[in-house]
Amino acid sequence: MSIDTPSRPSDATTTGAPATVVRPSTRPVGAPRRRNPKVWGPPIGVLALIIGFWYLLSMVVLAPDRRFLLPPPHQVVTDGLLNGPVIRDISRSLGLTALVAVTGLAVAIVIGIAWGVGMSQARWIELSLFPYAVVLQCIPILALVPLIGFWFGYDFTARMIVCVMIALFPMVSNTLFGLQSVDVSQRELFRLQHASRWTTLTKLQFPAALPAIFAGLRISAGLAVVGAIVGDFFFRRGTPGLGSLMSVYQSRLQAAELFTAIIVAALFGVVVFWLFGVLRGLAVGGWYDTSGS
Amino acid sequence: MTAIAPATTDRVTGSTILDFRDVALTFPDGTTALSGVDLTVARGEFVSVVGPSGCGKSTLLRIASGLETATQGVMTADTSRIGYVFQDATLLPWRSVTANVELLAELHGMSRADRKAKARAAIELVGLTGFEKHLPRALSGGMRMRASLARSLTLDPELFLFDEPFGALDEITRERLNDELLRLYTDKQFGALFITHSVSEAVYISTKVVVMSGRPGRIVASFDVPFPTPRDPDIRFTAEFAELVGAVSHALRGDHS
Repeated sequence: MSIDTPSRPSDATTTGAPATVVRPSTRPVGAPRRRNPKVWGPPIGVLALIIGFWYLLSMVVLAPDRRFLLPPPHQVVTDGLLNGPVIRDISRSLGLTALVAVTGLAVAIVIGIAWGVGMSQARWIELSLFPYAVVLQCIPILALVPLIGFWFGYDFTARMIVCVMIALFPMVSNTLFGLQSVDVSQRELFRLQHASRWTTLTKLQFPAALPAIFAGLRISAGLAVVGAIVGDFFFRRGTPGLGSLMSVYQSRLQAAELFTAIIVAALFGVVVFWLFGVLRGLAVGGWYDTSGS
Repeated sequence: MTAIAPATTDRVTGSTILDFRDVALTFPDGTTALSGVDLTVARGEFVSVVGPSGCGKSTLLRIASGLETATQGVMTADTSRIGYVFQDATLLPWRSVTANVELLAELHGMSRADRKAKARAAIELVGLTGFEKHLPRALSGGMRMRASLARSLTLDPELFLFDEPFGALDEITRERLNDELLRLYTDKQFGALFITHSVSEAVYISTKVVVMSGRPGRIVASFDVPFPTPRDPDIRFTAEFAELVGAVSHALRGDHS
């Protein structure tokens, strides 16, 4: 009976069982639903391969007396991730590292965008300042870390400075690139209306640069996490963050704990990266087309 | 070398709104884009410029708009209400149709209520009602051009400058937009300088067609278009129309026998 009236789905749903027969095919069968396995499948497969390889190295390649160099994954889980005191230590240091990373990233964003905007305003400013952005990118920050500790102490400020120095360049270069990539005729459209520099910047250049700025932001966010850990790792002083904790585990040959700290740090980086991906989607996803990410 | 078509327009045109006197432009690298150009556009006159690509017809428009300055001669525009329609729609991709149409009024500091009203009227005029909230990427090429036209209309231009606005569109869309533009022109009676590389488009929508030669760009011929406005789209299939298109095409090829 309900098969005779397929155009009235309300009938079909109230009759219960036959509903599955009558449901009009509004979309190609299966296609959209199968997206998730397609997205998650390959990376999970790779993870399985990595874990398999890890077991191989740990259980087959390494002799039992050297197994402490690379404990098998289940030992990392039991001795690290499921070990209360270890996880407490790690989460306390993660809190501090996260605070350094977030503050450092915020400072890098402000300085980076200001630097990029400044350079976009005149050719001579760009010529004067761009080389130093490149220099900042090229000098080995690690070499400067002891110096920074020496000048600023070994706590929050110094760690944040290391973090900013590592995270800054993508913000500077992407902001500049974004501001300069505005379409010529759109620029002329503003010129024809005698729009001021400020108006052109706020109503045209800056919005147009947002996709590039967000791309830079994502890279900087990942680097900020690296920066927060690196400074701390080398200082080995002050309140322990993830970096000094890793350094301690390393010196005590606590491989399982070290691996746990590394995994937590990596997960934190991934979360930050993902978070900025979502932010980017909210800010420019509506009008800016990307096939990737 | 100036060939004038026998027929003259029966349209009553006003005073000069755009005047080029012996205008030349040489770029800093030494290339001469234009030389000795004399051209006037009267109020309510629709002048098309056809010429081979790279002949400097866009440069002519850029001088008229003030984007470029002539290196010789004088260009006078007797109005500040100039609408400029670019080759591409130049819509800001992050703004909706309404917000894009409001942009120029916004840049001129018009009040919110005023520019809303202006934008609504202009959107209706170009037939985009119902698409106000769409982003440019959701529109077809023809619709984007309509939005671009609407944006210029909010300034009530007395002089319109068109830089091959329909060049990138398909034939059908282009003809439809030609009709829309003719309708707007009949309605508003603005002066217009229209750059195109299509001779039939030029003859169909203009009251005067000017032919330019290749580099350096010079004006080699000028034809008055005798058809009245509003125009019946079917005039495109008349012998008179074909004859004028032929004459313009001949002039374009440098064949002025």
